[in-house]
Amino acid sequence: MLDVQLGELLGDGPPGVGEALDLVAGFDGALTHGFARVGEEASGALAALAGALAASPLGDRMAEAAEKVAAGSVGDEHLAALAGGRAALLGAVHDALLARLDTAVGRPRAAWQAAEGPSRSDNVLAGCRGWLRELAITGWHGVDHDLVTSSDQAIEALLGEPELRGLAVLLDGLAAELRASCPVATMDLLPARRWGDLWTRALLLSQKGTWHGAAEPVSGRLLILGADVHEHATVVRVQVHGILEPAGGAPSRLVRTSVAAAKVDTISGPSVWRLMGAYPVLMGALAGHLSLDISDMPLLPGGDLVWHDDRASAGEEADPFATARVQLAEAEAPPVPPLDRHPVRIAEPVLLEGYTIDGETLGLGGHSLPLALDRLPSCGPLTPQLVSASTACIGLMRWDGGRWLVQPLAVQATVKKKPVAAHNGDWATGPTDPKVVKADAKAGDVVAVLRERAGRLLRK
Amino acid sequence: MDAEKTAWEQRSVVPVVPPVQPRKLAKVPFVELADGRLQGVVSSGSDIERVYVSSITAGSHALSCSTNNNRPCGALHGYACKHIRQLADEAVVQYGLDRVARYLGVEVPEGGDLMSCIDGHVERTPAAVVFSRFLRHLAYLEVPDSTEPLAELHWFPATGAVR
Repeated sequence: MLDVQLGELLGDGPPGVGEALDLVAGFDGALTHGFARVGEEASGALAALAGALAASPLGDRMAEAAEKVAAGSVGDEHLAALAGGRAALLGAVHDALLARLDTAVGRPRAAWQAAEGPSRSDNVLAGCRGWLRELAITGWHGVDHDLVTSSDQAIEALLGEPELRGLAVLLDGLAAELRASCPVATMDLLPARRWGDLWTRALLLSQKGTWHGAAEPVSGRLLILGADVHEHATVVRVQVHGILEPAGGAPSRLVRTSVAAAKVDTISGPSVWRLMGAYPVLMGALAGHLSLDISDMPLLPGGDLVWHDDRASAGEEADPFATARVQLAEAEAPPVPPLDRHPVRIAEPVLLEGYTIDGETLGLGGHSLPLALDRLPSCGPLTPQLVSASTACIGLMRWDGGRWLVQPLAVQATVKKKPVAAHNGDWATGPTDPKVVKADAKAGDVVAVLRERAGRLLRK
Repeated sequence: MDAEKTAWEQRSVVPVVPPVQPRKLAKVPFVELADGRLQGVVSSGSDIERVYVSSITAGSHALSCSTNNNRPCGALHGYACKHIRQLADEAVVQYGLDRVARYLGVEVPEGGDLMSCIDGHVERTPAAVVFSRFLRHLAYLEVPDSTEPLAELHWFPATGAVR
């Protein structure tokens, strides 16, 4: 990204974003107090949300939902309408921000035209909706241990359904946060936007399941840009961003692919890579900076390759910085599935060079871009010090709390007058830093210990 | 401060659960602060098939230790047995002394040790609840991997590079 591009991105924000987010904040305030007894302020906030969407296809349902909930009658269809309205507002904010970013960096983006995928309705989803309804009626302020524990059964059922894994990790993450915050009424600060987001997404997912659309098989060469790592107590996920050169010479496109493993909280840091053992080709390419040849890998309309390690083979060495310098500016970006549109989902790969770093801010041509240093994962070699000493960075553009940030995935730096490079995925086949290897050895193989215990105790 | 507070409340990605520290799991595979207790599972030193379920109750500091088959631990009378001490030591590694002491309602003087500040009586609590939570914990290791897009994980970034 050039300094003029950064300047264009950081200029005055798109119009209407502040107003849309104020309406979301109003809804989140209502959800904090719960829908059991809706006060004047909350009923005003719900009416305002409905009013803003009056001209949309959701308008009538929103108006009815706001009125019924304010009157104390909370039906599942009303909650679904309100969640849909909140998601629509954040979707509009997402679209405005992403369009600004695409324009600033000149990134072409394909339009969404996917056919609807399969949907489902069953008791597993009904169980989730039941818990989410209880949360909405009680409000975050009223959440106690019993209400959190009542989610256990729904989450366990979800974990048994591979196509509902997204909803499972979402509810498990939310339940863990609520459990750690109990009794919520005594919290000084309540993460109202965050919990409102999680509740909304969970409610939408528990209507008919996911909305990826139908996959098409693709073949070609995949060049890795970097790895983003996501984690909470019971899941870790490595999401690889890369550029696909389709076989047959079609234009290059930006894609992602990811592998998620279930875990427990005591498996953390570099140990998480031990859970990725079933993907030796992908992990080997991450650690060894290799390209990948893929054949007939399913590609979802939103740009996600559904990884099958047996449909990939390692290719030649491919330095992600070379890929970023040569190909990133041209590659076509995928469209975002409509219900995934939320500012938190913006994770656009960029290459930054020729900047200065002052603490947690990157300076480029007189513009300041905050660094998301709290998103450097403990399973990789990147540290704030390395980022500080860096001269080039592959990162993801993020937006949260009303501002753009860059999350480093890889840096080139000068340490003790020598050039070094560090990538989030460098330790995918085991840590290479002797200090970390030693610490890891001292703790022992926690994954093996727990698997042994599971093998011995679970099947009695 | 109010502006800062509002800004924090209006962010989608904020840390809510404090991270736990890595530790060896061989002797004490499971520790948690839940149900109003510090509770967990301690592997028997002599029999690989046997585990002890140990706990310290918050507030009253009542001590409990028995096998997963509900046989009382022979070493627990009047003062904490080896299993409870191991559980407390590992909890301090995992959560930090402050968090454990706060949960249990114990005041530990500067440089002091958690167990020397706990003067609890023995009060057997059923092992089954804790043991089934441990089995649920272990069951995560058997949940299959997923290569679905899981867009919801953008709310849960990995953090914690400090070194």
